[in-house]
Amino acid sequence: MEIVKLSAIEIREKILSKELNCTEVVQAFLEQIKKNEKYNAVLEIFDDAMEKARELDEKIAKGFSGKLAGVPIIIKDNIFYDGKICSCSSKFMEKHVASYNSTVVEKILKEGAIIIGRANMDEFAMGSSTENSAFGVTHNPLDFDRVPGGSSGGSACAVALNMCPIALGTETGGSVRQPASFCGIYGLKPTYGRISRYGIVAYASSLDQVGIFTRNVEDNALMLEVIAGHDEHDSTSSSVAVENYNDNLKLQAEKVCVGVPEEILKMIKNMPCEKNLLNFIDFLEKNGIKTKKISLKDIELCLPTYYILAPAEATSNLARFDGVKYTTRSEKAKNLQEVYKESRSEGFGKEVKRRIMLGNFVLSSGYYDAYYKKAKRLQSEIRKEFKRAFLECDYIIMPTTIGEAFKIGSKSQNPVDTYKEDIFTVTANIAGIPSLSVPFGKGENGLPLGVQIMGDVFKEREIYQLAKFIEEK
Amino acid sequence: MQYDVVIGLEVHAELKTKTKCFCACKNAYGSSPNSNCCPVCMGFPGALPILNKKAVEQTIRAGLALNCEINNTAIFERKNYFYPDLSKAYQISQLEKPICINGHLRVFDKEIPINRIHLEEDAGKLIHQGNISMIDYNRGGVPLIELVTDALKEPHIESAEEAIEFLTKLRQIYVYAGVADCEVEKGQMRADVNVSLKPKGSKEFGTKVEMKNIMGFKSVYRAIKYEIERQKDILDDGGMVMQETRRWDNDKGESYTLRTKENSEDYRYFPDPDLLAVNISDAEIKKIKENMPPLPKELKEKYIKEYNLTEYDADVILAEKEISDFFNDSLKLYNKPKTLSNWIATEVLAKTKNREPIKVNAENFVWIVKAVDEGKVQRNAGKELLSSIWGTGLNAENEAKARGIMSDLSDDVVEKILDKILTEKSDVVSQYKQEKDTKILNFLVGQVMKETRGKANAQEVMKKLKERFD
Repeated sequence: MEIVKLSAIEIREKILSKELNCTEVVQAFLEQIKKNEKYNAVLEIFDDAMEKARELDEKIAKGFSGKLAGVPIIIKDNIFYDGKICSCSSKFMEKHVASYNSTVVEKILKEGAIIIGRANMDEFAMGSSTENSAFGVTHNPLDFDRVPGGSSGGSACAVALNMCPIALGTETGGSVRQPASFCGIYGLKPTYGRISRYGIVAYASSLDQVGIFTRNVEDNALMLEVIAGHDEHDSTSSSVAVENYNDNLKLQAEKVCVGVPEEILKMIKNMPCEKNLLNFIDFLEKNGIKTKKISLKDIELCLPTYYILAPAEATSNLARFDGVKYTTRSEKAKNLQEVYKESRSEGFGKEVKRRIMLGNFVLSSGYYDAYYKKAKRLQSEIRKEFKRAFLECDYIIMPTTIGEAFKIGSKSQNPVDTYKEDIFTVTANIAGIPSLSVPFGKGENGLPLGVQIMGDVFKEREIYQLAKFIEEK
Repeated sequence: MQYDVVIGLEVHAELKTKTKCFCACKNAYGSSPNSNCCPVCMGFPGALPILNKKAVEQTIRAGLALNCEINNTAIFERKNYFYPDLSKAYQISQLEKPICINGHLRVFDKEIPINRIHLEEDAGKLIHQGNISMIDYNRGGVPLIELVTDALKEPHIESAEEAIEFLTKLRQIYVYAGVADCEVEKGQMRADVNVSLKPKGSKEFGTKVEMKNIMGFKSVYRAIKYEIERQKDILDDGGMVMQETRRWDNDKGESYTLRTKENSEDYRYFPDPDLLAVNISDAEIKKIKENMPPLPKELKEKYIKEYNLTEYDADVILAEKEISDFFNDSLKLYNKPKTLSNWIATEVLAKTKNREPIKVNAENFVWIVKAVDEGKVQRNAGKELLSSIWGTGLNAENEAKARGIMSDLSDDVVEKILDKILTEKSDVVSQYKQEKDTKILNFLVGQVMKETRGKANAQEVMKKLKERFD
């Protein structure tokens, strides 16, 4: 038995049945991380991981049986874990120690998870490749010359290379689903408000959600069950009841209908993902699932809407990193203006600066109505369109990415090329709906591709049901 | 040339709440630096604001007290700017949909229009020591309401006197409504003032000059006077007033340019995505309205109509809520409004100048007033007694006894002294018997009081005298 290949559910079962103990489990995963150091997926292994494992073994001996008992987890480097560095892969925050637990960390610890390290990412979650990390790129687990996707590339790579069974990432415009697709694993972006954002370093607050990486559907559902729910620290978290998703994963295939947006079929003409999506539709039909063409006429506008709203909010969210408080202060600064100017110039990377400037532009007086306000209006139109679409079907499918993982350095010259990578994923963020990237098919280089399964708000269970059905076939 | 003056006011007041506007930290003045802080009000990454419902309630209360309409949906926006005392580099405030709109406040004989009252968070405080600047975030996140007058609508505030009266009335209403303590010296109430001049009778407004964050009503008064004169001089010389923000230097008694229109800040407001829109139902508004404490206007009517106070006396009592409350507390113990108001207007107010608190409780105060009324204590002795127990917590009755100022002579003694006086002054007695002049009776009472060194009860002596002569 190779411990690192076990699922989270298996690990917990074996630990509770005393077949394994937490110490040997954590030991195995730490070795796996070290063995794969060259991928640069993990920025730091937490040095108290073994100690926590020993503590947990004692607790389990006394009867503790949390839902994640003994399951090693890696978290993205923008999730606060009290006492641990949280740098957002930014030089600016390199030494910043979290002073409190995020709600998700609080919840997984309570269920007996052991957080073993923090994962690399694009600086402040801005990017689609981890090339924007101040601490070097993470490599694709299946092709070292390629990117793992981003911004949660480190988390995705870690799960794909068995460094942990479950990793947490965050999403604003596809930062979990896109790397999941590039790394051949499952990546969920839940409904906006499903998971508390408290303790997650904000990028664009109205779009941000924690996301989940796993190698199978059930682990994903288990994690969601643990971390979802209303939080008194987050006004935007929903009080819709959380389900025990794994209790009922059986799909009634004959009763469901999968919607395929015509506009998407047009958009993907001649894209590398085209054939794969058509194969996927075939696959569903062959297995007795009805598909149906639907229309989402404004879907193409999601991308520009996203690249107005997200930078606008980011500008404001990142203003607090000013060299006055927790960020590194420039040594050149001689007065207050310079503290701001020099510290921010030195601290932020290029992509972050680009988005801050973009955000300031769309919010500035004289442009606010033309950009931000219009984008907000569009967003509410798009939401209505999705709502209408879900009256006609239970699911909407589309590719996760344009194609396979791209080569490191191949897109960094032109930022708009990188932005375009998000074209299929931003839709779910703009609409606020849940979407799971499911590994399906391969590209021309033999690298994995993903397909998104989207549902209406809070239809995570239904999404897992279809995903489980596909996983089994 | 003759000019019309148009003055606009923006008044900030810190709300009275237990906790801050968006976190559970204490809203308290005077704690040690950075002791009432948490990740939220210190703007830590990942921390999120949670709206304090009490702060919204207080804002609604302020709005209702100032005749405002309450919006059923209010939105919080971020006002973005960099300053070290602003932990998130944005202030959560309101722009497009504030909680209260369209109110008014009566100042002398004018109803000054109020444009809006919105809720926002206060910033922290910078403390400078030599070369070092330190930040105290205790005040950061304290709920603040900003009232903006509507200077575009008539009638306008047209003089420094009217502006001060507006602020005084506003402060009074906030305090009575229980919305804010408005202690100016603690920075709990601060005003921005804008002034513009136009040729007399002209419909077009002149260029507006703003003066920010003036502390204290006297400074506001001086700053406005100064600004009116400054603009008059410019216009009289044929010059143009620049649109700008000026800072008032109270020590020098003059203002200087802070920034001109060209480099005015762009706050890049947008709705705060961390907070949901606030829904305020009519039922909620009604409930707050029904539980509104009595405001100065109602109390004044009651004092005049029910208690027969003069308008002047009513105003004197109402000027400070503490005084008015003290009056009402005393009234519950001794139902003599006129007498109590006289005592308060003279004896109590003399001791509470410069906002000193009242340092005697209603029970002891009423005991003295009553004792004087009943003749048990001489008026002057009563006043001295009040002074001597002020701030000591001593019991008035015990202290009166200890000082020997109580009229506590036994009947026998009084009768004997009366016998003595009537014998000595037999000529006066016979004069009275002829003339029946009460002045003579008063003279005789005075003689008894003199003999007893004020320890007899003058009313009792009068009664006895009358009995003898009847």
